Amino acid sequence: MAKITLDNLAHSYLPAPKGPEDWALKEMNHVWGDGEAYALLGASGCGKSTLLNIISGLVHPSQGRILFDDEDVTSRTTAARNIAQVFQFPVVYDTMTVHDNLAFPLRNRGASAQYVAERVQTIARMIGMEDTLNRKARGLTADAKQKISLGRGMVREDVSALLFDEPLTVIDPHMKWELRTQLKALHHEFGHTMIYVTHDQTEALTFADKVVVMHDGRVVQVGTPEELFERPAHTFVGYFIGSPGMNLLEARVEGNRAIVDGTEIPLGADYGRPGGRVQIGVRPEFVRMGADEGGLPVRLTRVEDVGRHKVVRCDHDGTQINAIVAEGADVPADLSRLEFAPAAVNVYSDDWRVAPKSPAEEAA
Amino acid sequence: MTLTLEGVSKVAGGEVHIHPTDLTLEAGTMNVLLGPTLAGKTSLMRLMAGLDVPNTGRILWQGKDVTGMRVQDRAVAMVYQQFINYPSMSVYDNIASPMKLSGKSKAEIDAAVRKTADLMQLSPMLDRRPLELSGGQQQRCALARALVKDAGLVLLDEPLANLDYKLREELRAEIPKIFEAAGSIFIYATTEPEEALLLGGNTATLWEGRITQFGSTPVVYRQPADATTARVFSDPPMNFLAVTKSGARILFGDGQSTAALGPMACLADGEYLAGFRPNHLELEAPDGEIMAFDTTLSVTEITGSETFVHLDHHGERWVGLIHGVRALEPGSDLRVYLDPAHVYVFETGGALVAPASYAQAA
Repeated sequence: MAKITLDNLAHSYLPAPKGPEDWALKEMNHVWGDGEAYALLGASGCGKSTLLNIISGLVHPSQGRILFDDEDVTSRTTAARNIAQVFQFPVVYDTMTVHDNLAFPLRNRGASAQYVAERVQTIARMIGMEDTLNRKARGLTADAKQKISLGRGMVREDVSALLFDEPLTVIDPHMKWELRTQLKALHHEFGHTMIYVTHDQTEALTFADKVVVMHDGRVVQVGTPEELFERPAHTFVGYFIGSPGMNLLEARVEGNRAIVDGTEIPLGADYGRPGGRVQIGVRPEFVRMGADEGGLPVRLTRVEDVGRHKVVRCDHDGTQINAIVAEGADVPADLSRLEFAPAAVNVYSDDWRVAPKSPAEEAA
Repeated sequence: MTLTLEGVSKVAGGEVHIHPTDLTLEAGTMNVLLGPTLAGKTSLMRLMAGLDVPNTGRILWQGKDVTGMRVQDRAVAMVYQQFINYPSMSVYDNIASPMKLSGKSKAEIDAAVRKTADLMQLSPMLDRRPLELSGGQQQRCALARALVKDAGLVLLDEPLANLDYKLREELRAEIPKIFEAAGSIFIYATTEPEEALLLGGNTATLWEGRITQFGSTPVVYRQPADATTARVFSDPPMNFLAVTKSGARILFGDGQSTAALGPMACLADGEYLAGFRPNHLELEAPDGEIMAFDTTLSVTEITGSETFVHLDHHGERWVGLIHGVRALEPGSDLRVYLDPAHVYVFETGGALVAPASYAQAA
């Protein structure tokens, strides 16, 4: 296992990049801890696959270095980097048994027969395929084949890192649950450094210790699921994480209050008087249906019953504001006010979060 | 406008794809086919469209038998999971293409294309080619082509499955509005319960080639007719436990028991299957009558706003979805609670005996 350092890393697919739009990956410096599970999360084209391919050695970066522990591996081939990879679609040897598929990476490196036998058993148990070890892989379902791919990715204990590229795409929702739980348990048990690329926020948040949110070739935030949810560092994180995402409103901020079209919204801390384009952001989970007097005036447009809760969609002067309310909650047809929990309101200036003046209050 | 299936079945290569099915769909409705891969969603759609001919039964369109009629001769539009557009044509010509054969005037076609493009938010991109668009825009182009010809029957086979999560979320919110504006019969296949709920309308749950239930989407969700429907229409999956009703008590196999509360109070003595959804499991005992279970925590997953707890209850695997972020140690013992109003009771064979009482109130 290894710590991974991205040192001044940047990449362009063009031979002579000029403006920032020519860079698929803009300059970044990060250190990812040994034995931690990271998810790279972002929309198509955000640069997450480019970054993964640089880490695996499939792409040589235009600029900067990549270190495993403190060793520079920038110029090493994929094979020389001592990593295991699992891809979007299953990669298995159809003519081999499940057992031999799992044993392949170990035998390749000359592991003893006894070690191979033990290790394959352990992995087979983890992926729930002990009963099918002697079957040929041919004819198994896509789910089963992807489990073999996951198992083969995990089988070596001595890899520097495990890289997953959208590994659950072809899997049914119910099976996704099972595989994700197994991956999580595997990480808990073996403590590999894991990097998991996905566009699915649920997968990213539930899998990772730290989620790396990417947007437009940049890392906009590295944080725990809780941090990304409660304190999105960038409006993109607010929008991209959460379903529906964070509500954003143009505002003027004066200390511990925001003014939105003449309505005063109390804030949980003193934010001073930020400049630039100022917005406040509040997640639908922290929006309440208000009484007649207080709160932001809105018009109810739609109520969606999502089963475990309802999404109340409203309009404030052309801006959509969503609230999440309980499964059994009554949504009055003449709903006209929404209130925000002050401590859950974040302030943004030119899309980046403004830190409050009184950090003690933020911690509370 | 109605589409009726009467005893329609399909067998291919000795395997039953669709068991005999009766179903009637009305004009201006959104009908979701919900089920896992291989449940028969695509097979059923192909029969409805006329791409396949059933082995038994009849398909009626407005009461007229169309069973053997070719798809070309029916008023049908279909959208697939893969975005299918003509790459060398502009978005405008792509959308217009189904109308070119219809013999409509240029002005009529132009009006229809612009109206549909507006609805699908493609108006600024009419001169571009599909490959210059994002994935979401490409699929909107394919959707526009299905809508423009005003087909009476529009079939959508997992149309958002290949899109990014966020795009999917946005299109899901848009699609019901579009459908409300059109008057056609819409049929939408998906593997995801949440997608069915967001689309609303009616849902048919499918399992192994059979429609297990058909009705208004929230009703099927809250009042599943059997354990299979409940399982298909729940993500994370519904939790189950085998119980015995004996007098005023509910016994669990391991010597535990609780008072027979809620829907269980008035059951005859005997064996049952109790089911509850993950979001109804609680970590703190709420007020009132409550059931408690001792479990072992295997894994937790935190989404930022919620925590999934994966539990072992004497060999049964349960999932709980708890509000807020909980720091809990895997491997530890965890006592969990359940309001009996949230419990569904099934016969051991799977048929619903008593719906959760909260669902009847809702």
